[in-house]
Amino acid sequence: MKYKLIVIGASLGGLHALRTILSALPVDFRLPLAVVQHRNPDAGDQLQFVLQESCALPVRTAEDKTPLAPGTVYLAEANYHLLVDGDHFALSTEDAVNHARPSIDVLFETAAERYGKQTIGVVLTGTGKDGALGLAAIQRSGGLTLVESPVSAQEQGMPVAAISVTANSTLLKLEEIGPYLVALSLK
Amino acid sequence: MTTAAEKNQSRNHEDIEAIEMPLLTEAMFQRYGYDFRGYAAASLKRRVRHAMQAEGVQTISAFQEHVLHDAEAMARFLDIVSVDVTAMFRDPLFYKVLRNKVVPDLRALPHVRVWHAGCSTGEEVYSMAILLHEEGLLEKSQLYATDLNQRALERAREGIFPLNHMREYTANYQKTGGGEEFSRYYTAKHDSAILRDFLRGNIVWAGHNLVTDGSFNEFQMILCRNVMIYFGRPLQERVHRLIYDSLAMGGMLCLGHGESLQFTPHEKCYEVADRAEKIYRKVK
Repeated sequence: MKYKLIVIGASLGGLHALRTILSALPVDFRLPLAVVQHRNPDAGDQLQFVLQESCALPVRTAEDKTPLAPGTVYLAEANYHLLVDGDHFALSTEDAVNHARPSIDVLFETAAERYGKQTIGVVLTGTGKDGALGLAAIQRSGGLTLVESPVSAQEQGMPVAAISVTANSTLLKLEEIGPYLVALSLK
Repeated sequence: MTTAAEKNQSRNHEDIEAIEMPLLTEAMFQRYGYDFRGYAAASLKRRVRHAMQAEGVQTISAFQEHVLHDAEAMARFLDIVSVDVTAMFRDPLFYKVLRNKVVPDLRALPHVRVWHAGCSTGEEVYSMAILLHEEGLLEKSQLYATDLNQRALERAREGIFPLNHMREYTANYQKTGGGEEFSRYYTAKHDSAILRDFLRGNIVWAGHNLVTDGSFNEFQMILCRNVMIYFGRPLQERVHRLIYDSLAMGGMLCLGHGESLQFTPHEKCYEVADRAEKIYRKVK
């Protein structure tokens, strides 16, 4: 397989965007997906359950040292950074990055470092610029970078920031992203 | 625009860092005895990068030279690697569960020894002292608070926190189910909140490194929250053994939300006291 890991970052408007993408993935989807969705520090497990309702793959909250398993969606826990470390995830409570913990940049940069060109990074709707530098890191490592088209994104801030620091990122409408990931996963 | 040459350079850079990181941790260990060799690689590397920025050096090798020859640079690195932002009654729900589920068990005991392993600047230790005081248990309790960072311990021992944090701490405290005026636990002076003396009497502050030091007492409760997330798996196993050996039968182990006993060798020795708050009871 050409790719080993998909990392996705979303902020405001992310719930709808994530449900749209995850509902397009078939039960035999083979890649692991790691998702950072900005939210309240004391948000509980609600997001995991809501996403599970629209996803054929198992949706889990990644704990420290959780191994990356194929065909599983891993959600970053509220108030922790999620890092890729070898064949597993690691957590950190270091300072917020871009005012966010979990930070999309932290996940993306550590994914790029571990999986290099076998990484697919996806920046979705959101205000601010979290995810932009992380997506650039994925591109520098030779990975594939996808951005939700600012034209259709609920919030344009993050997509615009991501486009401005990457070259030739693939812009996709929200409903195109899921099927596109399915096609990539078969390569 | 990312060119092929840039991509190559990025790879080379990472290959070189893969050589530099173990050399750096070995140098720190040999020079100062601080052992980061078993730390989780990804987060340690991020901390090293922060330290490099703060010291104004470009490579890990240059940072190593800095640290080897300047003990102050090592102390600054310790602050970066071991001090996270914390707060009194951080994760209020955790303290609420402690109040409701753990404290009743403690009442029956003749004495209560609590170990805060990795206490940093002490906010959470004082939170526990307040909670035990309110439950009428502080008198028979001894709180042992340890950290590898002596500078953090000194600040913790002072028990003086910025006055402008008290609003947040008060809100946290109220969410734990605490019914007192939070302001009765400190005296305001200029910009500082000085914690009241009766909260300090039963706390012992001590330097202790989970990586290199051993068990030093038997405890009814051990809090080690968001400390082991920075350790690699073999080191986590070592620390779990140390905790197991230090915990009385029936004693409680409290981990952070993102941690669990799953896949650790001592998983079977504990039962879950509260799943969401990651509180475990030693049962064998």
